[in-house]
Parts: sequence; C-alpha cells; structure tokens
Amino acid sequence: MSARKAQKEKMVKQKFSLQLMWKQRYLLLMSVPFVVWLIVFKYIPLWGWTMAFQDVKPKTMTLPVWERPFVGFDNFIKAFQDRIFGQTLINTIGLSVLGIALGTVMAILFALMLNEICFVRFKKITQTISYLPHFVSWVVIASIAKMVLNDGGMLDTALHTRLGLMSSNSPIFWVTVCLINIWKEVGWDAIVYLSAMAGIDQGLYEAAKVDGANRIQRIWHITLPGIKPTIVVLLIMGIGGALNVGMERQMLLSNGIVQDHAMVLSWFAYVRGIGNSNYGLGTAIGMFQSLVGILLLIIANKVAGWLGESRLI
Amino acid sequence: MAKVKSNRIKSRDNILDYVLLVIFLFLIVITIYPFLNVLAISFNDPIDTMRNINFIIPRKFTWSNYVYVFTENSLGKAFLLSIARTVIGAAVGVICTAMIAYVLSRKDFYFNKFFTILFVITMYVSGGLIPEYLLLMRTLKMGNNFLVYIIPGLIWVYNIILVRSFVEGLPIALQEAARVDGANDFIIWAKIVLPLCKPVLATVALFMAVGQWNSFMDTYLYAKELPTLQYMLYEIMEKATVKIDPHAAETLKNAVSPLSVRMAVTIVATVPIIIVYPFLQKYFVGGMTVGAVKD
Repeated sequence: MSARKAQKEKMVKQKFSLQLMWKQRYLLLMSVPFVVWLIVFKYIPLWGWTMAFQDVKPKTMTLPVWERPFVGFDNFIKAFQDRIFGQTLINTIGLSVLGIALGTVMAILFALMLNEICFVRFKKITQTISYLPHFVSWVVIASIAKMVLNDGGMLDTALHTRLGLMSSNSPIFWVTVCLINIWKEVGWDAIVYLSAMAGIDQGLYEAAKVDGANRIQRIWHITLPGIKPTIVVLLIMGIGGALNVGMERQMLLSNGIVQDHAMVLSWFAYVRGIGNSNYGLGTAIGMFQSLVGILLLIIANKVAGWLGESRLI
Repeated sequence: MAKVKSNRIKSRDNILDYVLLVIFLFLIVITIYPFLNVLAISFNDPIDTMRNINFIIPRKFTWSNYVYVFTENSLGKAFLLSIARTVIGAAVGVICTAMIAYVLSRKDFYFNKFFTILFVITMYVSGGLIPEYLLLMRTLKMGNNFLVYIIPGLIWVYNIILVRSFVEGLPIALQEAARVDGANDFIIWAKIVLPLCKPVLATVALFMAVGQWNSFMDTYLYAKELPTLQYMLYEIMEKATVKIDPHAAETLKNAVSPLSVRMAVTIVATVPIIIVYPFLQKYFVGGMTVGAVKD
C-alpha cells in the first residue's frame, strides 16, 4: 500500500513529453477511443443546451448554431406559462417526495427486519426473492400491475370491491405508482443499508445486552445511529434527483384517464420537444430540470453540513 | 428479580422472531403471487381465463398461448432481436468497461486525472432527452439501426468506477512482474488483469445484460421498426387496453385472447432474468456495496 502511495507521488510530478506519450502509447490507444465516444454521446448533447435559447423547429434545425434565431429566455417563459406546466411540476414533486419518504422508510424497515431475523436460510431466500422485481423491466411490471390493480383486476376481484387505484385522476395515482415502485425496489435498496449495518461494531450490541437493553432499544440506539451517515448520503442523492422522475415508468403505468396526474417534467419535455417538434422548448424544459437538480443537490448537501451530518461532496 | 426480567426480555425477543417470520412470509407471497398468477394465465385456456383471473394453477392447461408467441412472425423476430442485443451489447460493453477502467486505475498514466473527471462529470449533468434524440436521429442518422441499441449505451460510468476500484485492490506486484518480463500495457491488461477481474466483470455483465434485455425506451424513441420483446409487450398491452370490443368473446373463439398472449409474453420476457440473477447474487451484492463507498 505504501509502495503504491510512493509510486503515486512520484508519478504525479511527471511532465508532458512525447517520450512519455510514446511510453504510454498502449494506455492512450486503450482510452482515447472511449474519450471520443464520451465526447460524442455525452458532451455534444450538453452543447445542445444552446438550443434552449433559440427557436429550433425542424425547419431551422439544419442551420448552423449561429444562424438559428436567438430568442433569449422565450422558451423558458413559454414552458412556465404552458397550460399543464404547473400540474406537471406538482406531479413531479409529489411523486418524488412520496417516493423518497416512503421508499427510504420501507427500505430501512426491510433491512432492519432482515438484520434481526435469526433464521439464516429463510433470510437468504427472502432476500433472493426480494431482488427479483428489481431485475424485471418496467414493461413487465406494468403488464403485471395493470392485471392486478386495474378496475376489475385481480385485487378488485379478490376483495369484491372497486379500489380504482389505476383509474383515479387524483394524487391517489401517485400513491399507486409509489407503492408499485417500492414493491419493485425495496429489496434492492435495502442492500446498501444492510451492508452499513454489517459495518457496525458488534461490541456495542454486546455492551447494550449486558446493560439490559432489549432488541427494540438496541435497534433504536445502536443500529439506526450506525446507519445514519448512509441514510443522509442517500437522501442527499435522492433530493438531487427529485425532478428526474423517469418518463418510462410514468408512461407505462398510466393510461388516458389518469394522464393529468401522471405527467412529469421529463415526459413533458418529450411531448413538447419531440411530439410537437419544438426542439428549443423541449431542451429548455430538460435544462430547467437538470439545473434545478444540481441546485437541489448543492442545497441538500449544505443543509446536511449545517446539521453536522456527513456530506456527499 | 434480575433473572426474571432477563427471562421476560428473552421470551419477548423470541416472539419478535416469529412475528418477523410471518411478515416475511407475507412479503414473499405478495412478491411471488403476481408472477405465479401471470404464469398460470399464460398456460390457461384463453376463454376460461376470461371468466376469472384469480388462480395460480392453470385450470385448463394449454400450450396454445406460447405456440402463438413463438410462431407469430413479429413476436418471434422480436425475441431473437432481444437476445441479439443482450448478448452483443453485454459482451462488447464488458470488454470496453474493463479496458477503460484499467487505464483509469493506472495512476502513472499522464491523462488519468483528466479523463477520470471527464467521465465522472457525465454522471451528474446530461444534455437531456431532446439533444440526445437529435444527435442520434438527425446528426448520426442511427434511427432504426441496430447500432442504436449498442453504441450510445456502450459504457456506464458507474460500472467503470466499480471495475476500477476492483482493479486498484489487486496486488500491483503481478503487473510489475509482467512488465519486467517485457509485456506491454495491453498484454498486461489482457493476460494479467482481465482474468483476475472475473467476479466484478460478472457483476457488470449482469447489469448490462439486464439493462439490454429490459430496455424499452430506446426502441420507443429511436427504433420502432426494430421492435424488441419489451416493445412488443408494450404494444400488446396498449392494444388490449384500447380495444373494447363487445363482440370480442365471440371473435376470440378458437383463438388466443390478448390477455393470455400478453401474459405469455410477460413470462417470456421475465424467465431469462429469473434463471440468471440468483446465481450472480453474491457478485452483485458485493458490487453494490463497492459502489456505495466509491471515492
């Protein structure tokens, strides 16, 4: 380990020279194609953000960047004044807040239960099964969810009632989506918490036992504080991604009836940008989503710092 | 007194174990029941299915739904296409990931820091859907081309970090010994590093294969003429929810119903994953944890 550190320090000081490049020609050959790939597929789309300030429709699309009509912040204003923008933003935030809150609590609860149960083989089987829905595609999940939760579906038939989980054009649809998401991801999300729990000093539990603490007390005073840094980091990341509610899930789980409460920003960008071929407007919506995301990440990170918690960056 | 108390705590703790057992059994049931239900419907007679959909053992067993899925031209093709993109995408992706990850693990490489930063930035900012769409469809003209399934998603930065931290954990002496013997960097990667990376590459292969197999949005956006199994399932699902035909029951006699076919396709789209993932469990659980503590 120390040898590597020494090597690292020695190497950091090296100067650029053709000799060095020749010496590392294989490393260059092995990396430059991927950097080119990265620039083409990740950085050129970033350059596409310039379209947010231009009037870009299929007609003006073929013009070079500097010849397209410049419209300043018009696309952003148009987006904010859109008939469905307000509802879309509320849906996105509602789904995120609900998803983060319920998802985090459920994943921690599930991890705690797995951590506590003493039937080892049973624990392993439960874990394996809990990963299954994570690996299944959203199309498959939607196909199953529609069969189970649609009006007159499996659940309605079994309960002899009409729950309307997939057909109420109200925030109930958010809850439905979040519950499906939790069903899909809870086992997977619990992995990180479980590994954090495995890292807690076992001596603490022994000491607590000697002091007469029962299991609930041990969980409350040792396990939960032990995984707090993990929870905080994941929460910060979740808040940073709060506006990035994926369009795929929303599109697949929704139907015409619940459209108003299923629309989220990324889908809105698609509908306006590609559906209506207003590329400038679509890009502006996407850019708004990205920038607010970064802002949220920075704020969440700062707040965590002020509260004396571990920070992400 | 103290003994009585500790006994009480102990028995209450044991009760908790059984409470947990019951909760877990319930969770297992709600996870598995829908899949079993789908499986049963996919093997059940379509007309019989229309009467009631709540069962987990086929009541009138039939292969007809599956026969339809694999003989109906477009579905069979879609199945092959899904397999092709999964195998090619994952194989090419794993090799590429391993290669760039190795280079980025080499601290003595002059551009190490610069390239690493270039890659990591893209984890936090992306151009978004519209610029990517225009790049692929207008500039590169990759629409309805098989390459659109492979090239844009060739490597994931998350996987690079995963493999890089694994390579950094390998003993460096092996690489140095090979260098003394006159091996160049490519040979060292191919002959020394790659074989040692099998566990982490298995994880990456699983992630990428699952991603490829499950991918739906890229077909929807870029290649509707090259429908994969997932996309076909989506189409069947949309048709079945849109079409409300009062004469459906009559016309469907001697035929397959949309629901039964949908369930059969759902199973075909799920089974490869069920077969593969349990065997790779120890790898990806480790992989997840490495990712969580990334630098």
